[in-house]
Amino acid sequence: MVRPFEELVVEHGPVVWRVCRALLGPDDAEDAWSETFVSALRAYPDLRSESNVRGWLVTIAHHKVVDQARRTNRAPRPSGDLPDIPTWDHQHDDGVELRTALEALPTKQRGAVAYRYLADLSYFDIGVLLQSSEAAARRSAADGIANLRKTYLKGAPR
Amino acid sequence: MITGTVTDGQVIADLTATCTAPDGAGEMEALRSRLAGRADDEGLLDVAYRIVDSPIGPLLVAVTPQGLVRVAFELEDHETVLARLATSISPRVLRSGRRTDAVARQLDEYFSGRRRRFDLTVDLQLVRGFRRAVISHLSDISFGATESYAAVARAIGNPAAVRAVGSACSHNPVPVVVPCHRVVRSDGTIGQYLGGAEAKVALLALEAAPPDRGMPGG
Repeated sequence: MVRPFEELVVEHGPVVWRVCRALLGPDDAEDAWSETFVSALRAYPDLRSESNVRGWLVTIAHHKVVDQARRTNRAPRPSGDLPDIPTWDHQHDDGVELRTALEALPTKQRGAVAYRYLADLSYFDIGVLLQSSEAAARRSAADGIANLRKTYLKGAPR
Repeated sequence: MITGTVTDGQVIADLTATCTAPDGAGEMEALRSRLAGRADDEGLLDVAYRIVDSPIGPLLVAVTPQGLVRVAFELEDHETVLARLATSISPRVLRSGRRTDAVARQLDEYFSGRRRRFDLTVDLQLVRGFRRAVISHLSDISFGATESYAAVARAIGNPAAVRAVGSACSHNPVPVVVPCHRVVRSDGTIGQYLGGAEAKVALLALEAAPPDRGMPGG
């Protein structure tokens, strides 16, 4: 039996949202989320294996995030690059410090942190997305968390 | 100097919390609704569905671009029904209010006694051959009337096929809208029903004495 597409949206929609939201501002994140699921819906009847649907969706989301950032910034970028400066809605958010810290991360670290900790992808898959090796992806995620911890501590003493 | 009271685990937990929508459920609902709209606009919505509340329990209604393809009772298990539709029609199945509005509205009117005849295009792609001939005949049985399985068999020119008519009725993909509940046994007992005997009794009672008999003027 084939799974109705709606089940994929319900199951993986929140993960894709978190990834889009970590890498883009709120409006761009909404557009990237929609674009991701419209593309997935178009390709779904031809999807061979349903073994790693989350990885498949996050991969599509990665490309949509890159496209969206390119559209918003208008400046042409080499493909595979994540946006440099997402525009957070600082005024209405509680997690401002953490977001500011996330913004400040180098793009590979930010991507690695989002794909590892928000999307739960393997380092091998993250390496493919970020066009680096599995070991480099692992390092980027660890460095990213270490950097976040440092800036986060500075911004929010407790 | 600040000591390291924040652990990696806390940073990760805060990150997950921060990157969730402020109003998680509502935001996701809005995104889903927008997705269904876009899918429809781009011709990617092969099967649109929604659940309609009714006096005989929640009904799943599914619509293709050709028309209403399925009405399913809770007894049939809606999840299983959707998986079958995904397998036999298309996996491009999404919940959509827009595409199912007309069906939902007409069902509401029917159950509140304000509608006697459904004005909907029905997609009978799930039934073929003899069964399809039976299902097609059922819409000729008018609101409040009943017909026996034997009479239906005669009407479609196959008087010996009484059992097969019964079987066709129990496989009606669009019950309520295509009124298989109006087909009863020759001895007057009500016979079987996919939604359960109680549902069939309730539908026949509703049609015998609609809750609001005064039709709105005009």
